[in-house]
Amino acid sequence: MTDHHSEIDSVTGRATTGHEWDGIKELNTPLPRWWVICFYLTIVWAIAYWVVYPAWPLISSNTTGLFGYSSRADVAVELANLEKIRGDKMAALGTASLADIEKDPALLALARAKGKTVFGDNCAPCHGSGAAGAKGFPNLNDDEWLWGGSLEQIMQTIQFGARSGHPKTHEGQMLAFGKDGVLKPDEIVTVANYVRSLSGLPTRSGYDAAKGEKIFADNCVACHGDGGKGNQELGAPNLTDKIWLYGSDEAVLIETITNGRAGVMPAWEGRLDPATIKAMAVYVHSLGGGK
Amino acid sequence: MVSGSVFFQRESAMPQPSISKTMTTGESGLAFIFAVTAFLCLVASAKALDAPFAFHAALSAAASLAAVFFIINRYYDRPASLPPQEINGRPNYNLGPIKFTAFMAMFWGIAGFLVGLIIASQLAWPALNFDLQWIQFGRLRPLHTSAVIFAFGGNVLIGTSFYVVQKSCRARLAGDLAPWFVVLGYNYFILIAGTGYLLGVTQSKEYAEPEWYADLWLTVVWVCYLLVFLGTILKRKEPHIFVANWFYLAFIVTIAVLHLGNNPALPVSVFGSKSYIVWGGIQDAMFQWWYGHNAVGFFLTAGFLAIMYYFIPKRAERPVYSYRLSIIHFWALIFLYIWAGPHHLHYTALPDWTQTLGMTFSIMLWMPSWGGMINGLMTLSGAWDKLRTDPVLRMLVVSVAFYGMSTFEGPMMSIKVVNSLSHYTDWTIGHVHSGALGWVGFVSFGALYCLVPWVWNRKGLYSLKLVNWHFWIATLGIVLYISAMWVSGILQGLMWRAYTSLGFLEYSFIETVEAMHPFYIIRAAGGALFLIGALIMAYNLWMTVRVGEQEVQMPVALQPAE
Repeated sequence: MTDHHSEIDSVTGRATTGHEWDGIKELNTPLPRWWVICFYLTIVWAIAYWVVYPAWPLISSNTTGLFGYSSRADVAVELANLEKIRGDKMAALGTASLADIEKDPALLALARAKGKTVFGDNCAPCHGSGAAGAKGFPNLNDDEWLWGGSLEQIMQTIQFGARSGHPKTHEGQMLAFGKDGVLKPDEIVTVANYVRSLSGLPTRSGYDAAKGEKIFADNCVACHGDGGKGNQELGAPNLTDKIWLYGSDEAVLIETITNGRAGVMPAWEGRLDPATIKAMAVYVHSLGGGK
Repeated sequence: MVSGSVFFQRESAMPQPSISKTMTTGESGLAFIFAVTAFLCLVASAKALDAPFAFHAALSAAASLAAVFFIINRYYDRPASLPPQEINGRPNYNLGPIKFTAFMAMFWGIAGFLVGLIIASQLAWPALNFDLQWIQFGRLRPLHTSAVIFAFGGNVLIGTSFYVVQKSCRARLAGDLAPWFVVLGYNYFILIAGTGYLLGVTQSKEYAEPEWYADLWLTVVWVCYLLVFLGTILKRKEPHIFVANWFYLAFIVTIAVLHLGNNPALPVSVFGSKSYIVWGGIQDAMFQWWYGHNAVGFFLTAGFLAIMYYFIPKRAERPVYSYRLSIIHFWALIFLYIWAGPHHLHYTALPDWTQTLGMTFSIMLWMPSWGGMINGLMTLSGAWDKLRTDPVLRMLVVSVAFYGMSTFEGPMMSIKVVNSLSHYTDWTIGHVHSGALGWVGFVSFGALYCLVPWVWNRKGLYSLKLVNWHFWIATLGIVLYISAMWVSGILQGLMWRAYTSLGFLEYSFIETVEAMHPFYIIRAAGGALFLIGALIMAYNLWMTVRVGEQEVQMPVALQPAE
């Protein structure tokens, strides 16, 4: 190969540079004009941007641009706008009682809106984004409440939780009648069928209703009440309303009676501030089943 | 499987003059250093403070001993004199290390694509985490990114650079053991990094996860890589340095600087894996993204542009479109890229002026990037018809088209108002993958399809039809992947910024996650297609090596008449 032996490429009619490496040559094509223009335009645009916005560091500060733009100032403006939209209601939410909130439509709307957002971030993982619950996690849209459905009761449950370890938490759990040897397996089957009969579900053939009622009266009535209507003081569910936290199949009921149940609702006091807990109680209360 | 002989075919059967055989300084020195290293690693393993470090030290002791054995064994196997620089006036090219990297690239590529498919599936179906710490998304994600970028991409870059620098300089690769040290050492770094991720060893810097000891080892290997490359350029027989070599050199030098800048760390103990980065707070973030963005700019762009500049003209048998454009866009790219990192930190604690610079330099980077695209595409002028018949060339050209698309999208996403929507969303993932799968992936596949028959001295590929299948399956996969991520990302961004009239967020996070679900499934399907394409490729290359028709026997690869 000889250096700088330029030749004309027959396809394009352009001259080569005369360089060649491993058979690769190069055309001496000029820069595409549109490319050069676009490149210059981006440079001009960049320089203009530097003039308008903070851009270059100086010894102990930086150029501030024509209008003194600052993203922190932008955030401050947005936060101020938010204040304007919500008015002084946010402060009122902190001090108002639950009854006051219910009486003031604007405050109620604010509490529900805030409650919804907080619910999505904190409650939805267990109770679902629509609060419809899941197995072991109560549906909050219906009017069955384990620990009571008044505003105060809902707020208390949110604040201190159920079996959460908080000193003021709801206590009480479904005992493990089978595991603890209180009931024998055949008795558990019988009482499970009795529980099914309370809400009109079919029972297995050969089931002894009288025996079931007797076992229920001896063991279950203390918490679930006469006729299985439940007791919100103890978090004992109503067994007659066809709403089931873990399921109504005979097998599930046998498992519940054998091993007991003690689902945990965390205490939110200390994790969320009082105004937020209040807003959440208002929101949950509004979902459809609040008393 | 591959035996050593696949890589170690003697290129010349010429009778050797009978001279007394002695170990070179390199052989004896390196064997000694590795023997000492083996001993030190054994001590470190015994005194290790944590199990992964003990494992890595023991592995390194074993690897060092293997290196000593390899060096001595190679010494006894080799002729008395080292391979000549030239045979019959033609350069005696060193192809063994290139064959090794081609094999490793394919291996790591498939591993990396597979892990990518697994984590994409984990995002769609979280149960696939199986509650096992070693295969949690958090550990597999860096395994995926490192495997595809550094293991697959790195082996392609090292392999092709060793090939291109020899051919375009008409000189044998500098060093005797050094090229092997580079390719084996680099892959050992990958092994340490990858096993570390699975065991929970990470310094938690994106794309720079390996801990201090892996970083130190990489530094040694990388400096050696630079020396081999520079040494070959210095003994070139051509008066000028080919454009591809400028890009390779920019890639090697800048990666060294980035690696050193981002990784200074103080180990808690020399016998433990944990270390702390010396940078703190926003300075650390700035260093991280100066590194992170230029890993894209110099590893995934400059390095692969070098591949483009050699393999496209070679395959199309056409001259490079414009020498002038190559000079201008090279220097513009090198100068501008290094400023663009702050666009990863828009709307953070990073000062406004730094964000401005990051954004404006990204905008100015648009045309220099497109200069590469123009040069790649226009090199086809006069040879466009070959796209119909040559799926390898088609792959190379489509890669350049993807390069053009991502280098438009990138500057656009760096604009602050666009970024306020796109940042932290799947749009970024889609953008990265249009560059990674479309540009880096396809240009690498194209280069390997060219390289394997050349270095194994085959007439051509085992099957062009299979390349065609690979092309279409992988292209469909990319389209599914990036369009799913565009839709998902923009949807996600819009949901995040939706407010109610009272200024509360309209959607909870979990609702946005639910909205992503269908797109995550489509993305996983796209990834699966890309993986299937790579498996077809691996089979094709394997068959090319195993049963491909031998090129007419020549002592060295044929040189065009001059």
